[in-house]
Order: sequence, then C-alpha cells, then structure tokens
Amino acid sequence: MDALFLSRLQFAVTAAFHFIFVPLTLGLSVLIAWMETKYVRTGDADYLRMAKFWGKLFVINFALGVVTGITMEFQFGMNWAEYSRYVGDIFGSPLAIEATLAFFLESTFLGVWIFGWNRISPKLHALSIWLVALATNLSALWILIANGWMQNPVGYVINAGRAEMVDFWAVVTNPYAIYKFFHTVLSGWVVAGFFVLGISAYHLLKANETEFFKKSAKIGAVFAFVSSILVAGIGDFHAKEVAHTQPTKLAAMESLWETTKNAPMYLLLVPDPANERNSVEAIGIPSFLSILAGKEEIKGLEEFPPSERPPVTLTFISFRLMVGLGFLFIILSLWALIKMKTIENQKTLLRLLLWSIPLPYIAGQLGWIVAEVGRQPWIVYGLLKTADAVSKSVTTGQVLASFIGFTLFYGALGIIDIYLLAKFARKGPEPKEV
Amino acid sequence: MEFQIIWFILWGLLWAVFFALDGFDFGAGILYPFISKNEMDKKAVIHAIGPVWNGNEVWLITAGGATFAAFPTTYAYMFSYLYTPLLIILFALILRGVAVEFRPKALTEGQKKLWDFGIFVGSFVPALLFGVAFGNIFMGLPFDDSGYYGTLFKLLNPYGLVVGLLFLFTFIVHGGLWISIRVPNSLAERAVKNAKTFWYLQAVCAVLFLILTAVYTNLYDNFIKYPIWFIVLALAVLCLLSTGFFIMKNRRGKAFVTSALFIITLVFSGVIGLYPNLIPSSIDPKYSLTIFNSSSSLYTLKIMTIVVILFVPIVLFYQAWAYKTFMYKITEEELKKEEGY
Repeated sequence: MDALFLSRLQFAVTAAFHFIFVPLTLGLSVLIAWMETKYVRTGDADYLRMAKFWGKLFVINFALGVVTGITMEFQFGMNWAEYSRYVGDIFGSPLAIEATLAFFLESTFLGVWIFGWNRISPKLHALSIWLVALATNLSALWILIANGWMQNPVGYVINAGRAEMVDFWAVVTNPYAIYKFFHTVLSGWVVAGFFVLGISAYHLLKANETEFFKKSAKIGAVFAFVSSILVAGIGDFHAKEVAHTQPTKLAAMESLWETTKNAPMYLLLVPDPANERNSVEAIGIPSFLSILAGKEEIKGLEEFPPSERPPVTLTFISFRLMVGLGFLFIILSLWALIKMKTIENQKTLLRLLLWSIPLPYIAGQLGWIVAEVGRQPWIVYGLLKTADAVSKSVTTGQVLASFIGFTLFYGALGIIDIYLLAKFARKGPEPKEV
Repeated sequence: MEFQIIWFILWGLLWAVFFALDGFDFGAGILYPFISKNEMDKKAVIHAIGPVWNGNEVWLITAGGATFAAFPTTYAYMFSYLYTPLLIILFALILRGVAVEFRPKALTEGQKKLWDFGIFVGSFVPALLFGVAFGNIFMGLPFDDSGYYGTLFKLLNPYGLVVGLLFLFTFIVHGGLWISIRVPNSLAERAVKNAKTFWYLQAVCAVLFLILTAVYTNLYDNFIKYPIWFIVLALAVLCLLSTGFFIMKNRRGKAFVTSALFIITLVFSGVIGLYPNLIPSSIDPKYSLTIFNSSSSLYTLKIMTIVVILFVPIVLFYQAWAYKTFMYKITEEELKKEEGY
C-alpha cells in the first residue's frame, strides 16, 4: 500500500458514496416540482401532501449529497495536486462555473422551499422547487463537462508542462460530455422513478393511503419508464462515442482481445486476462458488437501494450451487469404501468418493486466503474497517467489516516441517513386536514 | 488592469463574503448549546440559520473553485500541503451540515444530543482553523521547489493561534448579533450579552494581531510602500470599534452590519499585505506562489471573468431576495407550526 493506491481507493470510496445521494436528487427534485405544480394548478390537496411527503425524503437525501460533494472538490487538490496543477487551466473552470451557476441556485432556493411554505405565494413556492431541479441537473452538466474532458480531452494545447485551454466552446460542447450528461442524468431519473414506485408499493401492500400512493406510483412509473427507455437509447450513442474516442475502454467493456471485423457479441463470456483471451465464448450474435459500436473493425486489447490496458474483468462485468439491469428497468416499469389500474392488488409486482429500489443505484455505480476504471491507467485519457497525478507532498500515513477516517465517518453517516429515510418513508404522509 | 490582479481581488472577495456570511452561521452554531435554555430556543437558533447556511457555504465552494480555475498551481499546493488541517475542516463542515439538517428530524433524546454536539463542534472547528490556516499563510509556509516541510503541529504556532482566536471570537460576535436580530426576545437578550463579552476578547485579539503581524509576517511591507492602503486597515479598526459601540447601545442591526464590514476589511487587509503572493514561502521568497507564477492562461482568466460578470450579479440578486424573505423576527407561534423539516 502506498499513497497512490490509498488515494485511488479513497477517491473511489468517496465518489461512490457521494453518488449514492446525487442520482435521487437529480430525479426526485423534478418529480416534486411536478407534484407541486399539479397542486397549484388543480388545488387538489393530495398533491400538496405528496410534495411535502416526498420533499421530506428529498431533504434527508440532499443533505448528504451536499456535504459529501465538498469532499470531491477538496480532494482534487489534497490528493491529486499534480493532476490539479496539470489540468487546472481547463478542469477548474467548469468546477467554478458549476458553483456559480448551479450550487448557489440550488442551495438558496432549497432553503426558500423548506422554510417558505407560509412565507411566499404557492406559485413562487412551486417555482423554487423547479429552480432547485433545474440547478441540480445543471450542476450535473458542468461536472460532467469536467469529467468528459478527462475522458476525451478537447480544446487544449500542452504548454509549459500543463494543459491549457484554447477553445472553451469545444470543451463545453465535447460530444463525450454531452452523451455522458444525458446518460447520467437520466439514470438518476430512473433511480427517482423506482424510489417513488418502490416506497409507494410498500404502502400499497399495507393498504395504507391507497389513493395517495396510487397517484404517486403512477407518476413514478411514467417517469421510470420514459427515463429507462431514454437512458438505454442514449447509452447506445454513448457507447459509439466510447468506441470512437476510447478504444481500450470499449475493448475492455467487451473483453475483446483480437482486432476483429464484424465482431460478434457473445452472450456468455468469461475473460481470462492472464492469458489475454476469454476462457468461455458462447452464444454469439454475429456482427452485433460491430453494429453496437458503429464500426466495422473493432480494435482488440492486444493492439495496446499491457501497461495501457484497463482492468478487463471488472470493466467487462460492470458493463454487462449495468446493461442487464437497464433492460430489467424497462420491463419492470412497463409492467407497473400496464397494471396501474389495479396495482394495489398485484402483490407479486408490488413486492418486486419494493425490492427493486436499490437496483438503479447499483446500475449507476456500475456505470461509473465502467467510466472510471475503464479509463485507467489514464487519469486524462491519453495525456496523463493516474500514477503521475498524485500529490507528491502527501505521505502514505496521511492518506491511510484520512481513508480510515472517511470510511468510518461516511459509514456512520450512511447508516444514519438510510435509517432516517426508512423511518420517514414508512411513516407515510401527514394525515389529511379535515 | 491585468487579469491576474482582477482574479486576486475576486479571490479575496470570495473569501471575504464567505466569512461575512457563513461566519455568523459558525458563531450561531458555537453559541447554540450555551444560550438555548429549552427546546424552543434551540429550534429558534436553527431556524435563524436554517434557510441560509447552505447558500452561505457555497461561497466557500466557489472560493475553492475559483482558486482551482484561476490559480491552479496554488490550489494544488495549498490543498496538498495543508492536507491534514483541511481534512479536519472538511470533516467538521460535513458534520455541521448534517447536524443542522438532521437536528429537527431527531426522534430520540440521544439523537438530539448527538446533533447538538455536531452543530457545536462542526461550527467551532472551522471557525478556529480557518483563522489558523490564514495566519500561517500570512507567515508563509515552509516549502521550496522540491516539497513541503511543515507539520500539523507547526501550524499551531503563537501567531497562527492568535489569528485563529481572532476569527473564532469575530464569528461568535457576528453569530450572536445575527441570532439577536432574528429570534424571540429573552433568547435575543442572551445572544447580545454574549456578543458583548466576546467583543472584548475579539478586540484584544485584534490588537495582538496588529502587533504580532509586524513581528511574524511581511504583510506591512505593502502598506508601508503604498500608505494609501492603510485606509483599508483603518476602516477595519473603525468597523470593529463601531461594532462594539453599537452593541453597547443595543443597536443590533447596525452592529451586525459593521461586524460584517469588519470581516470584509480584515480579509482585504490580509489580501493587500499578501500581494502578489497567494502563498509565500517562508524558506525563500523565490519559491513563493504568486498570482503571476501560479495563474491560469490569459484565455482561461478572460473566460472566467466573463462568467463572473454575467452570473455573479444574478446570484447576488436572488441571495439578497432570499435574505429579505427570511429577515423576519421568528416567533414562538411560527416555530410551533413549522414543518417538520
């Protein structure tokens, strides 16, 4: 164990933990805004109760998303000083813009929303949560523009030992970043859709507030279904962009060793990285991989020296699982939609939906493993290796201590947050006023 | 004017606004367990900072982001050299945020105690350590072109501690005044009383700061070279005295405003003294990280300047609106009908 390994581990743990809270925020803010707008338009008090009930869960989740986000900003400088020095001219800008355009808006108007129920007009109150939803999704845009540049650096020159920006517009319109933005945001919307569906299912199973939770489930199901379809569609475009810009990542995602024309896709495949081959390849769909990648010839890992290949097994399994879960989400949400009229009687479906709450979270984490592990050994693809990016002045002991600190502290916070979410989710909405 | 200088001023401004705003949240959090006599008092203090603390904290995130974007080399070395103290500040900020948000949702006495503790520690630690960090930056950090030679304990030197205590007492006064403007009467009285006591401590630290700065740092060099800048330092002193004066006269609103202005002029006095350094090297000035040798390219600085001109006024506008919306005096009635979050 050295400072590099521990810094990588710490970044992985803190980023993964941060991304437990982010996706729900992305989607649930939109759903609450939708609910509250329905209340303002129709005057139906159920929608007000919905906005408040789901809003309470939103706030519990949001708190941890915010505080764990500060860690991400600090860590670039703390653990990855050489990276920050090398890319700051480009990477710092979207981060600063994210804070200026999104974080202020998000935090200010969430404060207004939480404390403003009796202080501002219902319309202005609904507008506040719309602004929160806009800001949250806008922050995803800017952080993914930053991440997109690490994946596919554009609009820069190398000057005086660092990357310098020469074309801001190219950085902002980086196709890699745009695909990644839609793919990530929509995956967060899937999380929120299934979150609302699953908790509604819990109450429907208990025949608690059936009407209230049927309405919620319907909103959740529509949202989950549309988002699941879109996230898969964008995922396809995103994969083609990866094939175009990051051949080593694509080869690892598919565990393809030899350069192949009209490459088939094997439904059953077991990678064997030690021998640079796959130990099992079965049930092949002819040319399907080439079609998905949008290229006739796909480069295999053998084209690249071993020192420039990402870990194959982890990238491959994460990708397969994510795609499999993606299809499951479409089926599950479609099923819920079809049965919506009598959903309170569909015990099996309701139980499935309840137990499915964690699955979109897992799919999101797997997606990030593909994105970040699949980019190794590069921290900026093709430009800077992760091993060269770590802080030189930070000792192994310091990172070990901070890593242990983060693990314990985050572990405790995670338990508390899930406990609170579960508690308030079970409790259900405030009773109707008479 | 050169873009590096524009960004140096903006850098100082972001820190100054952060301290002037989140500073009162820290102060309120520190006073919170001591001035609250019952559950209603605690609710009132949390309500006094609840709607705004998060928006205030974003000024820190923006200060960090701006350092990264405009002075990446300084960002990289400032954060990695000060690894452990920043980690402690980070953990404290996380604890503060979670505690303020979760305290109103606490279901048992044990949970309430835990979050009460969290609000206090999470406010106390950053208030003190930001001061210690800036004190050490004023003195210069021991680094050359091959690395950093400092330790956590070397940061806790007399000068660093004096600046730390100055920050701590300043924020307590600031927070006490904020609470006194917003909460019901008897609690407000206690808050003002505390602000008064801590103002004396603040004043003592300020005098020590003015003297020791001449001993431990080179900050006065720029003032001596361009005496016009003594105006800023004089304003800081004037604001501090006015704060004391208004507290004694029980003019809480005016005292709060002058307290905020003191924080801003204090930060700018430091910024003027530092120029052109962002982090001086205590080993040899030739290694110092300056706004010129650690800045981004001119192109990036220009882009970021445009972003600031376009969007910061909008931010200021809606934050000011939010403050206006939540400037009301909190009543017990209000707290009783408060939503559970």
